[in-house]
Parts: sequence; structure tokens; C-alpha cells
Amino acid sequence: MTDLAVNAVGVGKTFGTKEGDVVALTDVDLTVEAGEFVSLIGPSGCGKSTLLRLIADLDSATTGTLEIFGKPAKQARIDQDYGIAFQQAGLLPWRTVGGNMALPLELHGVTKAARATRVTQLAELVGLTDFVDRYPDQLSGGMQQRVAIARALAEQPRLLLMDEPFGALDEMTREYLQGELTRIAAETGAAVVFVTHSIPEAVFLSDRVVVMSPRPGRITEILPTNLGPSRTEALRESTEYFERVTAVREALHGTPIERANER
Amino acid sequence: MTLREPQGRRARAVGWGALGVLLILVAWEVYKFLGPAEGFVVGAISGQTGSGVMLLPRTNDRAMPHIWDMVARLFQSTSGGDTPPLIVPVVTAALTTLGIAAVGWLIGVTVGALLGLVMQRWRLAEWGLLPWIVVSQTVPLIAFAPLIASIGSQVDRAGTIPWPQWLSVAIIASYLAFFPVAVGVLRGLEAPDRIHLDLMRTYAAGYWATLFRLRLPAAVPHLLPALRLAAANAVVGAVVAEVSIGMRGGIGRMLIQLAGQGSSDPAAPWGPTFGSIALGLVAAGSVALIGVGLKNYRRGEAAA
Repeated sequence: MTDLAVNAVGVGKTFGTKEGDVVALTDVDLTVEAGEFVSLIGPSGCGKSTLLRLIADLDSATTGTLEIFGKPAKQARIDQDYGIAFQQAGLLPWRTVGGNMALPLELHGVTKAARATRVTQLAELVGLTDFVDRYPDQLSGGMQQRVAIARALAEQPRLLLMDEPFGALDEMTREYLQGELTRIAAETGAAVVFVTHSIPEAVFLSDRVVVMSPRPGRITEILPTNLGPSRTEALRESTEYFERVTAVREALHGTPIERANER
Repeated sequence: MTLREPQGRRARAVGWGALGVLLILVAWEVYKFLGPAEGFVVGAISGQTGSGVMLLPRTNDRAMPHIWDMVARLFQSTSGGDTPPLIVPVVTAALTTLGIAAVGWLIGVTVGALLGLVMQRWRLAEWGLLPWIVVSQTVPLIAFAPLIASIGSQVDRAGTIPWPQWLSVAIIASYLAFFPVAVGVLRGLEAPDRIHLDLMRTYAAGYWATLFRLRLPAAVPHLLPALRLAAANAVVGAVVAEVSIGMRGGIGRMLIQLAGQGSSDPAAPWGPTFGSIALGLVAAGSVALIGVGLKNYRRGEAAA
């Protein structure tokens, strides 16, 4: 069982508001294996970000059990079993790129020399070696997001949580970073839970795509992509890729969509 | 490019500032030249001095000395004979008040920062303290200055703890100085974005780690103006306190003393007036120096 990066059984989340309780998430069963790339996709309000926040122990589940590497979510957070990146890079503006990457290491008492070594590795991993001494306001949005990913990887977590990390970027940067992310995920061997609202992004990146639906937020379908370990730009133009994209789209809309090339 | 731009802006700001001062000086001299020597009074009853409403102030040399006379007076002997030029006692008095204001500033900053920290840490403390902190600033300084002075002299007379008069002045000055700091620290510590707080939580960082790595650095842009405001307030507080408890040696006392001799020596009170202006500028300027070392904490995250 401890092989599972994430094991959610019957997980639900209810927020109490003035107008009464709002069910954000209900009856979620989900497993993510070690090293697996899983995307959560669905319209807004389907609870995909909520589920990610539950895994990260930024909120706690109202019902069900949620285990990260066989531990309760809170313990996993305290043990630093995961790294996290959000839609905004969330870099500290007064720290250099290197300083931002080293923040979690600094908080956990890693020595200065070890931090410097790790920052060099991380900068190389995300291709920012020449920018280590720059400040976030001197970087483009895509570069800032790469720093955030490096920061999430700083402590070599076996699980990477990402909440629409490329959502605010332009399409070109987005596709480039998707390629980079699959490479980084393969190199580090980390499992990834990736929240997105882009169907092509989910298909391109994932081993499995979890389709979610709102009111109440729940999982409606889990689709394996079976696209193999290698994700290159050529994949974006392959027939299998388009088929998976269509399958996810149909799962999202609930009904088969007549495709132009099949008419 | 991003680093050089503010320097150009600074030079322009200094230029505008100098122009503003120049305009005030010109306005003074122009009015003195054009305005009626005995002012313009409506409804005066003849033979009764001080009756009626003065619409335009007098421009004679006793009411409005020339600016060059005010400056020249600074270099003439203080009270005739071979007493030193006026500027010597003015500078001495200004430095005395600056020292007292600095102590008041330190007390105010310490108390204000502690209040800010406590209010940020416990919401209940904010609800309980903040209204009182705001109300405290509506109490006139002259009302409680004698109170502090009398407490001070009683403590001093008891003999266990020495409490010189200047300490009372510093404490009264700190009463004005702590307010902007308390509010600035509270706002500053609450400045971090939700995402940064979430991030610190995912790092399992506790209160102190979050305070030093996130909240305090993020508070710097709110803190610097608060500290500058506190410095200006401390100077005003010190001058007013000196006057109201009658402490000798400071610029406040000197202002009152020379203003009393204004009719015979009209340019003289302007000496300590310039002294207190310089005092405020030096106080605010020294605080601005703190900001130079903290430049990186005033960066934004927005992409270049």
C-alpha cells in the first residue's frame, strides 16, 4: 500500500458558509501510483483545486480517508513528502532566483554549501543557470513559473502537486513548459498530480486523466492515455493523441461528439 | 534599466522640492512688497487696539522681516556683546531636541512594533487594541504632558530610578511616534499574499519562521513610511512637550523665548524656526537612509 503516492477513499469536502453548507467534493476514490502522472480536469467548481488542496493538507477533508505515501495528509505535509506549484509563481520578490529556489531548504536547516550545490542543480534542471542572481521582476512569466517548479523540486519530493501552473502563460510558453515538465518528471521519477482546465495539456502530460464534474464536485471518469513514456512534440500531431483528446472531451461533455473527420 | 529609472525620478523629485521652497520664499517677499504695511482690517473701532477682523496681515519689518534679514540674523551675536552668533545656540538646542526625539522615536517604534505584532498574531487583540490606539491620538498632547512630567518628577524624587526631565519629553514624543508604527506594522505583516502563506504552510514553517522569512520582509514597504512618519511625529512631540513642561535647553523652549522678544528683534525667532525645520528634515532623512539598505524588499513580482 505504501507504494501509492496518493490513496483517497470516499473523500469529501463541505465548506460551511452563511447560506448553508456547500458540498465542494463528494465521494472521491483516487489512487496515484509512485512515479505516475495524473491530471485532474473539469469545469470550474468541479473541486479539482479543492482535491489538490486536500492532498496538500492546505484544507482538511470532511469525510473519507486520504493517505499520502501511506501517511495521513497532515503528516505527509510535515514530512515534506510533496512539492507544490500554483497558478501564480508566488516567488518572493525580494529574493533572487537562487534564493527562491533555496527557500524550502533554508527553512529546513540545510547547510549553506549544500544549498548552493542544490540551487546549481535545480537551475540547470529548469534551464535558468544564467539567471540565478536575477530578481523575479526581471524574469518573464514563463521563467518565473520555472523557478516555482524548481522550488517545488528543491527537496526531491516523490510527489509533485501542481495547480494550473501554466494557466496564466501564453500558448507557446505553455507547450514548451509542458515538454520540459514531462522531461523533469521522468528525470526525477516523481509522481505528479496536475490540475488543469486544458484538455490537450492533460492528455499530453498524463498517464491517466481524471475527469471531474461540478455540483457536487466528483470524479465522473478516469481515462488512461496509454501514450507511452516518451512525450515529444511529434506526439501532438499523432492520431492516438487526437483520439485521447476526443475521448476526454466526450467524457467532459457527457455525450459523444460528432467529429468532422468521421462524417 | 529598471534600476536606473528611479534615480532620474529622484532627481526630478528633488528639483520639484527645491522649486516649491523657492516659490514659498518668492511669495513671502512679493506679498511683503505689495501688501499694506499695517495690514487690512475690517470693522476696527478707532482708538481700540486689536479690534476688528484682520483680513490681510501686516507687512512691516516687525511682522514680516525680509528673508535675508532672517538669515543674516543667524550670524549676528545672540544677545549683543560678545555672545556667540545666534546659529550656535540654535544648533545646540536643535541637537538637544534631536537627541530627545531620537529616544522618543526608539521608544515609539519599539512599543508600536510590539503592538503591531501582537495585533497581527491574535485577531482578538486587534479588535481590543486598535480602537484604543486610534482614540489615543485624539488626546491632545498638552493635556497629558504635565501628567507625564509630574509622574516623572515623583519617580525621580523617590530616588530609586532616576527620571530626568528629558525622559518625560521623550516619552511624550513617543506617544505621537508609536501610532504610525503600530498601524504600519499591522498592515505590513498582513501584506503577504494568500499564495505565500499557503506556501509557508506546505513547508510546515511555524509562526517565527513565517514571520522572519515572509511577513517581515513583505512588511518593509509599509514599514518605511511608518518609520518616517514616526520620526516627524517624534520631533513635533518633543518640541511641543518641551514647551508644555518647560524644559530648558531644547529648540521648543528657545522658540518661545525668542518669539517673546519678537517686537524688538523680529528676525530672531526665525532662527529656531529654521532650526526646527532642519531638525525635522534631518530626522526624516536619517530614517530614509534605512530604506536604502532595504531596496530589494521594495521590489514587485510583476514581470519586467
